[in-house]
Order: sequence, then structure tokens, then C-alpha cells
Amino acid sequence: MTLTRRHTLLAGMAAATAALLPLRAVASVDEAIAEFTGGADLGSEGITLTAPEIAENGNTVPIEVAAPGATAIMLLAAGNPNPDVGTFNFGPLAASQRASTRIRLAGTQDVIAIAKMADGSFARASQEVKVTIGGCGG
Amino acid sequence: MTRAFAPGLTTALTAVALAGFTGAAAAGPGPDEDQLVINGEIEIVTEAEAPAHMEYVDTVYSGWRFRSDETQAVQMDDFDNPAMIWVENAMEDWETVEGAAGESCASCHGDVEELRGVRAVYPKWNEEAGEVRTLEMQINDCRETRMEAEPWKYSGGDMINMTALIASVSRGMPVNVAIDGPAQSTWEQGQELYYTRFGQLELSCANCHEDNYGMMIRADHLSQGQINGFPTYRLKNTKLNSVHARFRGCIRDTRAHTFAEGSPEFVALELYVASRGNGLSVEGPSVRN
Amino acid sequence: MADGVKPRVKVPKTAAAGEAITIKTLISHKMESGQRKDGDGNTIPRSIINRFVVDFNGENVIDVTLEPAISTNPYFEFEATVPESGEFTFKWFDDDGSVYEETKAVEVG
Repeated sequence: MTLTRRHTLLAGMAAATAALLPLRAVASVDEAIAEFTGGADLGSEGITLTAPEIAENGNTVPIEVAAPGATAIMLLAAGNPNPDVGTFNFGPLAASQRASTRIRLAGTQDVIAIAKMADGSFARASQEVKVTIGGCGG
Repeated sequence: MTRAFAPGLTTALTAVALAGFTGAAAAGPGPDEDQLVINGEIEIVTEAEAPAHMEYVDTVYSGWRFRSDETQAVQMDDFDNPAMIWVENAMEDWETVEGAAGESCASCHGDVEELRGVRAVYPKWNEEAGEVRTLEMQINDCRETRMEAEPWKYSGGDMINMTALIASVSRGMPVNVAIDGPAQSTWEQGQELYYTRFGQLELSCANCHEDNYGMMIRADHLSQGQINGFPTYRLKNTKLNSVHARFRGCIRDTRAHTFAEGSPEFVALELYVASRGNGLSVEGPSVRN
Repeated sequence: MADGVKPRVKVPKTAAAGEAITIKTLISHKMESGQRKDGDGNTIPRSIINRFVVDFNGENVIDVTLEPAISTNPYFEFEATVPESGEFTFKWFDDDGSVYEETKAVEVG
């Protein structure tokens, strides 16, 4: 085929998008985790993340995190333009280290929760949430 | 009435578009089997025998039955349901004196509970005015005639909040709009509109909500397009949506010029669509995707 | 202060001493993410609630950092221990400097 200017531009844009976006997002997820954990190892026990397998709308996705004995739980959405979602810090009068909220997901992606335990260790849980695109703009 | 059937090609294309990409969705065909009880006490009928006037459907289902468990759950508790924020705002309007007559809604109606049952029978023939009126038209008539206040915009914030409040006190009661007598000609006009194909996509209400409910339209689980749950809080735009705003959205999506909110066409269509839900419970303000 | 902001909280009126109670909170707020553009293509500036703090008789229950990925009308559900009769305070901190406050008393019987 003849390579027109338009084709070249499109190909260039596609390559740039493919190359840059995922890398940038992944890097900032790693940065956010490193900032929270100080680079400590992540276990996988003692933390539960509950999220729908499929969300009917990415605007309002119900999420619950629980990590008995944690002092804080950080939530990340790996595929959002800014992966930070929020951090729950549990005080002395928290009856459990569990909380629910509703979050925005820009598309199908992994939701990640990192718990900071009272002993200084960290645990990680993640789940993929598929975000559907409605049939109608209605 | 006679149904306008589609030219073959359009039908085939529509069927492919509607049924084609079901792979990614968890929901199976048709409504689910869940039961809706709000606040652990208001039992909602979400499935009923279709009214006698419906020729092509045996059972009617609330749109709630087509939503995911997570979306359904938000409607099951008034605290979780964000629509109730605006219901509370409407409570303040209910008590607020406005207009030259020095009246509020409460001055005449007392407690809003006094209007229990009203949502269930609207749109309704108004003898004095000689027209079928939606709840919004009746509210504005109260504002202009009784309160001597400015009417609200048909789908404006104040209006939709008030319709949510008035619907909320009728939750659990069966929708029961009259379609005979003086309302009949308006109802027939609404039926005509329901089966009329609009727009470049040549889709009628029936093409999606009667012929294909329960199927996936891309990743969306098509409901019967019932309006017993209106106004509805949509996760999509995180606000209350009126029936006419929804009609407008649907017709726009067929790539047609649409009717205006509060137009005679939409009043007629609302009466007809409401009558397709006769027997389902009033559910508004509901929660949908 | 952003328009139409209204906090709601659901707390049981009574509890047993030391009992774990469930608290739900919802505040009407746009949570403008800073990612959206208006009709003219200009970015709509971020305007969110960035922190939510719950205390009981001056002692902390939960302290949440919110980012723009928290949905419109932020909703939280969590559990608190009520050691004695007293008062919960709920504070939402807006980007614009506003603080929205709500209090709820709980009677320990």
C-alpha cells in the first residue's frame, strides 16, 4: 500500500499511544505503592478486596476493602489517568479495618488495595473489574 | 392497532446489533429472579401479568430486574440511594411558601403522605382542563393557579426533585393509569408513537423494549423500558432523570430530531408507556445504570 | 463552598458499650475530577472533597484521603466502636477550603 501522510500520522500516533500510556500508568502505580510501603515486600494474606466482576457503569463502582489489624488501606485503579483512588486510615475507635465506597473506573482494569499492618508489614490484593460500555447514550 | 413491521434488511441488522455481542456480559437473557424490598419493608412488585391491552408481551418487568446486583443494591436502602438527597431537598420546597397567594404545597395538602397514591394514577385526565396531565403539569398548575408562583421548568431540578418526593410516598402501590374514557384518544396517540420508527436508525420504542428486552445491546442489558421507577437516579450521569428526558435520550439515539419535554407527543407517550406498567409497583426514585 | 453540598449520615441512636456499629455517610458533591473538558475544550478545574474524618468524643474512627477517582456524591460505610455515650463528628474537607460538618449523638444504654 502507499504510505500517505495521513497513514503515517495515524501509525505514529497509535505507536506513541501504545508505547507511552501503559508504561506511564504502570510506572505511577509502582510509584504510588513504593511511596506507601517505602519499598517493603508485599504479602498477599490478610487483605480482602471486594469488587464487581463487571461494573454496569464506570462512574459508580462499589468497592469494599478489609484487612483485620491494618492501620491503613490504600486503593489504586491501575488504568485510570491518575491511579490514586484514596486511603483509609483507621483510628483507635474503628471497630474493624473494613470500609466501602464507590469509585470511578475509566475502563476495564485492575483495582489494587494495599494494607499497612500494625506490625509494619504490607499486603496486596487486586481484582480486575470489567467496565461495560452502554449500548445507548440515552 | 396494526403493527408496522420492518423492512427485512433493517430487522436483520437490528437483530445482529442487539444480539451480537453478548460474550462479555454476565447477565443472561431476560430479567433476573431477584426480589425488591426497599428498607426491608416496602415490597415492590417487579413482575406482573401484562395488562390486557398489550398484545405482544405476556409479563411485564420493572427495569430493576435487568440491572446488576450492585446497581440493584443501591435502590434497596434509602440511605444508599443518592436520589434521596433530592427528595429531602424537595421536602423543604414542599414547606416553602412561594408566590402571591402566600401558599406552600403543605398549605393545601398537609403532609406529603397525603399524596400517597397520586403517582400511581398519573398521567391522568383533567376534566376541567380537558386534557391528559402529567404529574409535572399538575404541579405547575398548582404553582400557577393556587400559589400564584412561577411555574418550574418541565425537567428542571426543582420539578424533578418534587416528582421524586411525590413518587416516593407511593412506592409499593400498583401503577394504575386509566386508558379509557376521555383519556383514550391521548393513549392511542401514545401507542402510535411507541410503534413508530424514528431517526436514521429507524427504531421504534418497541424494536428495543418489546422485541428485544432481556437481550444485550452492546454491553447493556435491555429492559422493557418501563417507567414505574421514574424519576430515576442514573449512575451514568449521577443525577435524577425524568421520564421525558429519558424519552428524549432514546429518540436522539435513533438519530432523530426529538420532541420537547412536556410536549403533547411526550405526554401521550408517557400515558401509553405508563399503562404498559399497570400492575407493577411505583418504585421512584429508582436507581439505574 | 461548592453548590448544593449536603451531608447525610446514618448512625444508630443507641448502642451497647463497646458495641461495633455500622455507619454510612453520603455527601452530595460533584467531585469534579479535573479530567473533564467543557464545551469549548477547556479543562474544567478539579474541585473535590479531599479528606473525610470521623471522630467520636475527640478520638479518631477513620480518616480518609480522597482522590478524584472517588465517585460523585461520595459514599462511605465503616464500623465504629462506641465506648460510652457521646457524639460523632463528621468532617468533609473541600478543595476550596470549605469544611462541611455533621454531628450525631449516640446514647449508650
